[in-house]
Amino acid sequence: MFSNLPLLSLIIWLPIIGGMVVLFASRGETGLQRVLALAFSVATFLLSIPLYTAFDVATPQMQFVETAAWIPSFNVNYELGIDGFSMPLILLTTFFTVIVVVAGWQVIKKHVAQYMAAFLIMEGLMNGVFASLDSILFYVFWEAMLIPMFIVIGVWGGPRRVYAAIKFFLYTFLGSVLLLVSILYLYFQTGSFAILDFHDQALGMTAQTLMFFAFLIAFAVKVPMWPVHTWLPDAHVEAPTGGSVILAAIMLKLGAYGFIRFLLPIVPDAAAEFDWFVIALSLIAVVYIALVALVQEDMKKLVAYSSIAHMGFVTLGLFVVFSIYRQTGDVAGAALGVEGAVVQMISHGFISGAMFLCVGVMYDRIHSRRISDYGGVVNTMPVFAGFMVLFALANTGLPGTSGFVGEFMVILSAFQVNFWIAFLAASTLIFGAAYTLWMVKRVIFGDVTNDKVAQLNDVNRREFWMLGVLAVAVLLLGIWPAPLVDVMHSSVDHFLNHIVTSKL
Amino acid sequence: MDKVYLILALSPLVGAIIAGLFGKKIGRAGAHWATIISVAISFVLSLFVFNHIVLNDAPTYNATVYQWLLSDAINFEVGFLVDELTATMLIVVTFVSLMVHIYTIGYMHDDPGYQRFFSYISLFTFSMLMLVMANNFMQLFFGWEAVGLVSYLLIGFWYKKPTAIYANLKAFLVNRVGDFGFLLGIAAVLMYFGSLDYAEVFAGAADHAETTIAIFPGIEWSLITVICILLFVGAMGKSAQVPLHVWLPDSMEGPTPISALIHAATMVTAGIFMVSRMSPLFEWSETALSVVLVIGAITALFMAFLGLIQNDIKRVIAYSTLSQLGYMTVALGVSAYSAAMFHLMTHAFFKALLFLAAGSVIIAMHHEQDMRKMGGLRKYMPITYWTALIGSLALMGIPPFAGFFSKDTIIEAVGASTIAGSDFAYFAVVAGVFVTAFYSMRLLFLTFHGKPRMDEHTLHHVKESPKVVTVPLILLAIPSVLAGWIALSGMPFGDYFGNSIVVFDQHNSLAIAKEMHGGEPWHFLTHGIMTLPFWLVIAAIVTAWVFYIAKPEIAGIIADRFSGIYRVLSDAYGIDRLYYAVFAKGSQLLGRGFSSVGDARLIDGMMVNGAANSVGRFSSVVRRLQTGFLYHYAFAMIVGLLVLIGWFVLAR
Repeated sequence: MFSNLPLLSLIIWLPIIGGMVVLFASRGETGLQRVLALAFSVATFLLSIPLYTAFDVATPQMQFVETAAWIPSFNVNYELGIDGFSMPLILLTTFFTVIVVVAGWQVIKKHVAQYMAAFLIMEGLMNGVFASLDSILFYVFWEAMLIPMFIVIGVWGGPRRVYAAIKFFLYTFLGSVLLLVSILYLYFQTGSFAILDFHDQALGMTAQTLMFFAFLIAFAVKVPMWPVHTWLPDAHVEAPTGGSVILAAIMLKLGAYGFIRFLLPIVPDAAAEFDWFVIALSLIAVVYIALVALVQEDMKKLVAYSSIAHMGFVTLGLFVVFSIYRQTGDVAGAALGVEGAVVQMISHGFISGAMFLCVGVMYDRIHSRRISDYGGVVNTMPVFAGFMVLFALANTGLPGTSGFVGEFMVILSAFQVNFWIAFLAASTLIFGAAYTLWMVKRVIFGDVTNDKVAQLNDVNRREFWMLGVLAVAVLLLGIWPAPLVDVMHSSVDHFLNHIVTSKL
Repeated sequence: MDKVYLILALSPLVGAIIAGLFGKKIGRAGAHWATIISVAISFVLSLFVFNHIVLNDAPTYNATVYQWLLSDAINFEVGFLVDELTATMLIVVTFVSLMVHIYTIGYMHDDPGYQRFFSYISLFTFSMLMLVMANNFMQLFFGWEAVGLVSYLLIGFWYKKPTAIYANLKAFLVNRVGDFGFLLGIAAVLMYFGSLDYAEVFAGAADHAETTIAIFPGIEWSLITVICILLFVGAMGKSAQVPLHVWLPDSMEGPTPISALIHAATMVTAGIFMVSRMSPLFEWSETALSVVLVIGAITALFMAFLGLIQNDIKRVIAYSTLSQLGYMTVALGVSAYSAAMFHLMTHAFFKALLFLAAGSVIIAMHHEQDMRKMGGLRKYMPITYWTALIGSLALMGIPPFAGFFSKDTIIEAVGASTIAGSDFAYFAVVAGVFVTAFYSMRLLFLTFHGKPRMDEHTLHHVKESPKVVTVPLILLAIPSVLAGWIALSGMPFGDYFGNSIVVFDQHNSLAIAKEMHGGEPWHFLTHGIMTLPFWLVIAAIVTAWVFYIAKPEIAGIIADRFSGIYRVLSDAYGIDRLYYAVFAKGSQLLGRGFSSVGDARLIDGMMVNGAANSVGRFSSVVRRLQTGFLYHYAFAMIVGLLVLIGWFVLAR
């Protein structure tokens, strides 16, 4: 029934058009604007569901492909398609846009239409990034996406929003420029802008090395990896709740997605040469950043640092393959790492999104993010405390929650490379628990510490459902991750065999 | 049978969900009925399974429930393995849990978190069942962390108490240190065995007996040793072995029923169960067994010492638990897995009994736990007294109570063993007997004998606890008396465990012990009262009587005379302070350093803002060139033109 529809185009353009419509309604009632935004986001989410149900898990080929000439003189095409890597990420995007619209429902009072429109447009653009098979199209979406996020932070953000917004923009923009240069180089080599043509292009080691670092900088900023991570805590602290949620849940995944779509398949030999470098940065993210997270006094900063540490598992999982292949001459054991990385991306989306929503729920009431302004929240907000403790435990990678699955897989895979890599990665069990639960202890537990906490109201129905849906997702994915992992097997196998084949 | 096992495991989960999510709707009675019935179902089914597997010798059940995940051709499953070992644990877990559920009605009677408490203890029961029924390492880890989670929630049950939420965080983190090693052990298993399924891994153990692994480049270690020690690190966390024992005494901040259920009878024995389950691996590594033995021996003796000077009634029992877990670990170290399981079982009964009896005292004392303010309670609380006495006699190892048989079996097995460290361990477990008996008697004397030392008001209200409290005490007292006698000839000395525990002939210390001391209860008993441990117990009882009844002033004099030792003991060897200073403060210090120097000064200060600033500085210099005077620009053009012309002329 859906097979005839250009689903990918729809989920890209419907929210963008929806954003425009909401903007046109900006003179009208805010109630109408909200309802419109919700309607468009829900419609987009519903349209994205067939991408899962009609997905053919047996093939690594791109699916739901759409092609149209765009700029024929340069061989630039409007080409869309998804595989086992991008499909789950698109579902995550469409899902979280609904959540963000709901999260901003009563909270945003200033420029409601513009706020909602920014998120709808951002949704379309992010879906565009995940679905693009043409590098120029990818690049346009990739850059355009920065604009609504820049506006969201700059307009609805906190006191230092301008510094944070500019830092965010410049950091990512710096990376993007290098990405563009690489794309142009590849165009001159292949005569095409199709990403899949780039994958098949033979390249010398010098070209690969240069492009490896160009891609690495471009995508590492987005992930973000140490030491190009410092924009993230600032951006999160200043961004409104919705901005933080999208930033953490989706935007960070774009960097990792870039590794999967560009870096690893296009310059595999350079990646194999420098894999130790990325692994080292990933481990620094896991250990160093976790210790930094431990001493944060701002809840959003703490969750932001925790995000960086958790994303370290994604980059680690993606880069263990080369060592395994060198040691055994086989990719067995590496699929665990790559699939673990993707699971970690999805799971981190749910958990970090939920954590930022939790911080937002408290911020909406007390207007502080400082840990020391809280204490004993469970006394006045028991239901909320239940959710927060659940998400916090998921953040510590507790089995039975989604947080466990990806980390478990990546650690198992990393052990095959080297005991010490697994050792450092597994330290997250201790540090992750330390920074998360210490925050929970100081914020949630204890006796009521001040009058503001004493007057807190528990979550309302809107917040309950918003957190409840996420709680179910986190638990479901932890108890039964097979439905998620099964869609990637073919793509992952293809990917692994591709990147261990030399291009020299 | 599939359905039986599924219902057995899931029933407490259903109870937990009902009490947890609908607690307000169904009310207090609804919550306790829902959970008690659900656990009762599990208990009845456990009896059925016990009858099926143990008494009727049905073949081991091993089947998958569902596929959790398939990745890289590795099958991660949730499945059940039910053999004699599991069936025994099922009985222990569900029986003690049921008793604690009933007891809780009385103990938590006035608590506003009544439904929540029932929900948690049922959730715990479910987690524990998943742990013991697992047929693979992943599910074991699931259960392992899940019981840790519920322990965290329950220690911090009274979340307003600062000490409680400190203790639960500490417990979780220390357990995570154990789990960290455990997870690495699992990763090693997967890498070399290619599977996480028990049966497949155990079958492959012999093939890997000679495999080595280089943790440090150039130094080859036996793979099995590395795996076993890593797994045992997990057991050290969960079963609170030195040096990961520090969380257990603090866990007493939780309500007493969970001290009995989780921190005495079941969860803390998960490590013992796990090592017994892994006997097909541990048997291949004498190094690992020696490590287990020495760690257990240190715990058994040095934790017992700490019990001597505690004044909080629960903390005495907590240190006693640590020490008894050490005894079990020692048994594991000498390959007497079945003796460890035997002691695990009897200990579960008598230690749960002791905790619940202590709880009964605490109710009567209006939540006073300091034994110095008790005394003479025997008259007022006869049932509590008699059951506590039975529990203590069992703990001390007085024949024919259950603990006598299980503890003496361990001592005899250690004596028969020749593995490295067994001499030290033998000394530790024998000396531990005296210490155990002494602190047990001290507890009894201070609490139940002598003159009442509480204030008038409290004394006036002291009365025996209600039936929901005393009936579980009585029901636990029965196995505390009988379990040793009944199970002795079968469990440690017979082939009760069948193939579920593997012992190599050269390690079979129990076989030697059986030859020397007999495997029949009567024979064992008559032999036991002629050996040193029994007389040490008698000596300890007499000493304690002198100290606390005949001449109470002696205890104070001794404490003064040996004040140095006293201080070390009351400081628990300073380990907590050391950990706090090194790990808690140290990692915060590191974090602050990374945050302020690494992130703020180096990355942001020099690289990010530094780049921005240098662009700014550069442009402020370059800006001066833009003077706006036409003759400046004309001059620059002429100079440029001259340079270009000069270059063209000269270069060609």
